[in-house]
Amino acid sequence: MSAPQAPIRVTDLRKTYGDRAAVDGIDLQIERGEVFALLGPNGAGKTTTVEILEGFRKRDGGTVSVLGEDPQTAGLAWRNRLGIVLQSTTGLDLITPREALASTAKVYRTPRDVDEVLAAVGLTDKAGDRIGKLSGGQRRRLDVGLGIIGTPELLFLDEPTTGFDPQARRDFWELIGSLADGGTTILLTTHYLDEAEQLADRVGVIAAGRMLAVDTPANLGGRSSSLATVTWEDAVGTRHTEQTSTPTQLVSRLGAELGEVPKLTVTRPSLEDTYLSLIAPHLAAAGSEPELEVVA
Amino acid sequence: MNAVAIGWDRTVLELKMYFREKEAVFFSFVFPILMLSMFSVIFGDSFGDGDAEAAGVNAARFFLPGMVAAGVMLTSFQSMALSVAIERDDGTLKRLRSTPMPPVAYFLGKVGLVASTSLAQFALLIAVAKLGFGVQLPGDAGSWATFVWVFLLGVASGTVLGIAFSSLASSSRSVGAIVIAPTLILQFISGVYFAFTDLPEWLKQVASLFPLKWIAQGMRSVFFPDDWQTQEMAGTWEHGRTALVLAVWLVTGLVVCARTFRWTKRGTT
Repeated sequence: MSAPQAPIRVTDLRKTYGDRAAVDGIDLQIERGEVFALLGPNGAGKTTTVEILEGFRKRDGGTVSVLGEDPQTAGLAWRNRLGIVLQSTTGLDLITPREALASTAKVYRTPRDVDEVLAAVGLTDKAGDRIGKLSGGQRRRLDVGLGIIGTPELLFLDEPTTGFDPQARRDFWELIGSLADGGTTILLTTHYLDEAEQLADRVGVIAAGRMLAVDTPANLGGRSSSLATVTWEDAVGTRHTEQTSTPTQLVSRLGAELGEVPKLTVTRPSLEDTYLSLIAPHLAAAGSEPELEVVA
Repeated sequence: MNAVAIGWDRTVLELKMYFREKEAVFFSFVFPILMLSMFSVIFGDSFGDGDAEAAGVNAARFFLPGMVAAGVMLTSFQSMALSVAIERDDGTLKRLRSTPMPPVAYFLGKVGLVASTSLAQFALLIAVAKLGFGVQLPGDAGSWATFVWVFLLGVASGTVLGIAFSSLASSSRSVGAIVIAPTLILQFISGVYFAFTDLPEWLKQVASLFPLKWIAQGMRSVFFPDDWQTQEMAGTWEHGRTALVLAVWLVTGLVVCARTFRWTKRGTT
């Protein structure tokens, strides 16, 4: 183990394609053992940022340190400490999950046991089937298995659950949660706000190549301190809505007045509300389609 | 594990993938053996008299060198160009690059695949020729020594040129046409299916620029009676020039590979 410094440290990261700045001055620090989710619309710069950190793309400016090394010059010993689950993958159709995991395990110094990984990603029953015959969700879980077979200190997950059904997504969250509990640092990009809320210790919102906000899912964009909205009906059925910083007091007062308050709700802005309001001013500027896949 | 051990492991994996892909097995591995069998049956009667019979050359012996040469090109050039282009397109290469696998191990795996399949294919061709059609095989060490270096140079240059060629395909959909068209044309103009002597002079010159003509000529020098070399373009087997042309292609292929090989698709980095 190297000195206890943050596994990912990024300052003023820049990348341009032609005259378009895909990444326009991003700062980011991710601590050891943390699960960090990068959120943002398509074309926001998420994948470009992650691929620079993974060593697949060269940056045009800024400094980047991943596990203490510059990804542009880091070698195979550095890759031995990483796990990378790329955005969407195909290929490997002709071999089996067991064969793919076993051959990948051989290139790492301290691989996990193949059977354990098969069990962890729920593919024990499919271990001997051709990968080409797996469903999309099974295929993606195999990708994650290939990403963790080398016992990585740092795991990159680029949109890991796109195309999953709800149950597969729940199972996947459990898997990621157990990896995080085991001390793996995880950087994930996702379109799904519930996924970020469920998994991430902190989330960062990117739009137009800039980091708009970084905070815990509960506090993002001042969510926890913003006004709560209380709605209820009075005795004659008229609907009331009141915004307040002291919802408990209001509800107590209503309770004293009305007894059991009809149709009472107390809400704060959801992560989705906060996210959408954060990126809204940047969608037009970026000129990109606001493709949001939000699962209720 | 070191790069050689991983390379060996990848060879085993490559072989599994190769023989599970029915189309590849048919069009690169079985095809020359099938063609040799068909031509030997179809043209069996044409070799029943005259010079050929006197020299002990039946149809199978006549077509054997060309089929050996075609096999070398199919199992090395064609199968490399197709598989590397597809693996680049479907993200297999990028995935490998994301692991601590030494890059050389990937190429060792490909070399292992080509070496195994081309040798196995040659053994089957020889077995079919000898056992199926009674072809008289060379008995002298000199012919087999010639075979070894022509085969090695042919397979090696085919492999590196195939890997270099894979970069021309922009997607796995286009790779079939881009690879198969030139290999098919080369087979027709390089003396694989027709006697090279029957071709017009200018076409012979064109064919002489490419490796397949020289592999086929080298193989004729192995499997044909020695005095048949008078029918070659230069009136001799031209071993020196064969070695030179193949070596130049091999080095050219290596340089192009080193300069153009990419682990990711174009436009993604």
